[in-house]
Amino acid sequence: MEILYASCVGLLVSCGVFLILRSRTFPVVLGLTMLSYAVNLFLFSSGRLSLNKAAVLGTGTEYADPLPQAFVLTAIVIGFAMTAFVVILAIRGRADLGNDHVDGELSDKDNKAKV
Amino acid sequence: MIQHLTSLPVLLPMLAAVILLMPPCGKSIVIRRTASVVLSVITFLASLALLLKVQVDGTQIYAIGDWSAPFGIVLVADPLSTLLACLTALLGIVCVLYATAGDDEKGRFFHPLVHFLILGVNGAFLTGDAFNLFVFFEVLLISSYSLLMHGGDKNNTRASLHYVIMNLVGSAVFLIALGVLYGVLGTLNMADMAQKVALLQGDDVYLAKIGGLLLLVVFALKGALLPLHLWLPNTYATAMPIVAALFAIMTKVGVYSMMRVYTLIFGDEAGELSHIAQSWLWWLALATIAMGTVGIIASKDLRKLAANLVIVSVGTLVALVAVQSVEASSAAIYYLVHSTLVTAALFILADLIGRQRGEIADRITAGPGVSQPRLLGICFLIAGIAVIGMPPLSGFIGKVWLLKATLNAEYTFVFWPLYLLASLAILIGVSKAGSTVFWHHQGKVTESVGQERVHPAQLVALIILISASPLMSIFAGPLSEYAIGAATQLHDFNYNIKVILSGGQ
Repeated sequence: MEILYASCVGLLVSCGVFLILRSRTFPVVLGLTMLSYAVNLFLFSSGRLSLNKAAVLGTGTEYADPLPQAFVLTAIVIGFAMTAFVVILAIRGRADLGNDHVDGELSDKDNKAKV
Repeated sequence: MIQHLTSLPVLLPMLAAVILLMPPCGKSIVIRRTASVVLSVITFLASLALLLKVQVDGTQIYAIGDWSAPFGIVLVADPLSTLLACLTALLGIVCVLYATAGDDEKGRFFHPLVHFLILGVNGAFLTGDAFNLFVFFEVLLISSYSLLMHGGDKNNTRASLHYVIMNLVGSAVFLIALGVLYGVLGTLNMADMAQKVALLQGDDVYLAKIGGLLLLVVFALKGALLPLHLWLPNTYATAMPIVAALFAIMTKVGVYSMMRVYTLIFGDEAGELSHIAQSWLWWLALATIAMGTVGIIASKDLRKLAANLVIVSVGTLVALVAVQSVEASSAAIYYLVHSTLVTAALFILADLIGRQRGEIADRITAGPGVSQPRLLGICFLIAGIAVIGMPPLSGFIGKVWLLKATLNAEYTFVFWPLYLLASLAILIGVSKAGSTVFWHHQGKVTESVGQERVHPAQLVALIILISASPLMSIFAGPLSEYAIGAATQLHDFNYNIKVILSGGQ
């Protein structure tokens, strides 16, 4: 289970980083979203992965660590708000700058394609 | 009431922001302005009351919801954090007051956003829990994103986009660092972490080291330390100057977090992990000072100049944090207060000068003179002397102190020449800017532009900031005693652990 979990997180992070390094805003936003999924999974695993442990006190002998779950919940809420903000900002950037590049300028390749 | 005083610097700005969103304030701008100024003054008074209480009764611990440490979240009000909370609240007053002259009309939510930003900054200063620190970072960041966009144009949108994306990546790294640290330590209360770091064995040591150094990446991003400083000049120069003045405190949040984390958690008592960040911090700080200095020489307008001065001040502060001695930390605390107020004053001055010069605004070229040369010239002179660090103002005291504090550091022979050369470059940059703007006149001021005079509210805000530096040198005695006290406590490992984990005196 650990290997599967770790490779999932790793894959998400590498996809996220790759997309963040793209030059247009849409892939960057997607990359940020993937990165935040990876982070949420990672935080969740910081309380150790385990099966069949009780989440509520008094219903079993072994308990899952409740704190990482609280962390993940907070991180999800904050990540969601931030993603919403960056989407709106990207749309505004598209309107203000006339294109969807992160730097606000078309690259040479795009300019040639236009001509 | 009195036992809740510790939470007031965090709760009051939140309450203020909510009140400002309510109907009577939301509709009428006059009521909104009055309420905003009054509420920011109340926040300042509460922070000041907390500071006095901490002076008399020692460090105050406030367990939120009465869940005691290390299980619940605690707010820790010690001399350092309350001093910075007061500084934030003071900047808040200045910012709100200055904006009432017209800047707040560009959008309806300026005032609530400023109060939310103060909430985030004060929370980050006062919290004793690493995850809570993350939450307050996000609170201050999201307010800063919106404030940055406030009344902005095309360039502003681009700078905001970069700033937001950088900081979102920073937040992800922050969470990964916290996850790693929680995984090995089983706690995120800073005092408890400090205790457990020394007990780590085997592979856990390396994991904790990874976590600790990832935190360094985050704080370097927030504090604008090389090589993560590139967002700062553009962001600060395209934001409304009054917002940039308020942002002067935000880089200091990063520096403050470094102080806490690398003196308390990874400090002298951390066994194998003690001083893990020190060597990184030292060289990065020196490189930051060098880069900031180059930026100062190359600055084309006054706002960029001020933004680069912020970078140099961050570099200086981080170098002091890296030295890790009581003397260096006390110099850092004094210098932090001084540099925050002076750079804020410079941003405001850049705005006022830009408004009075018409189209060429605050660019450092010959152009029409300002319509109030005496007032603005004298203020620029004072701010300039303070930021360069010439006697008799606070910059000089700070500079002498920090040079003395680094005298016995390992690589002083690099720091001293670099810092003194940087000071020389700042001297050249600032005096060149001042003499070009005030003495090289060309063309005439058009009447509509020349009529613009400093609004009384702006004047009061400006005077508060400009008078800070002379006052800091007049009251240098008590202030430096306070700074030494705060630094002594910052470095007193056993005292901090005992007080925080036992829930107060």
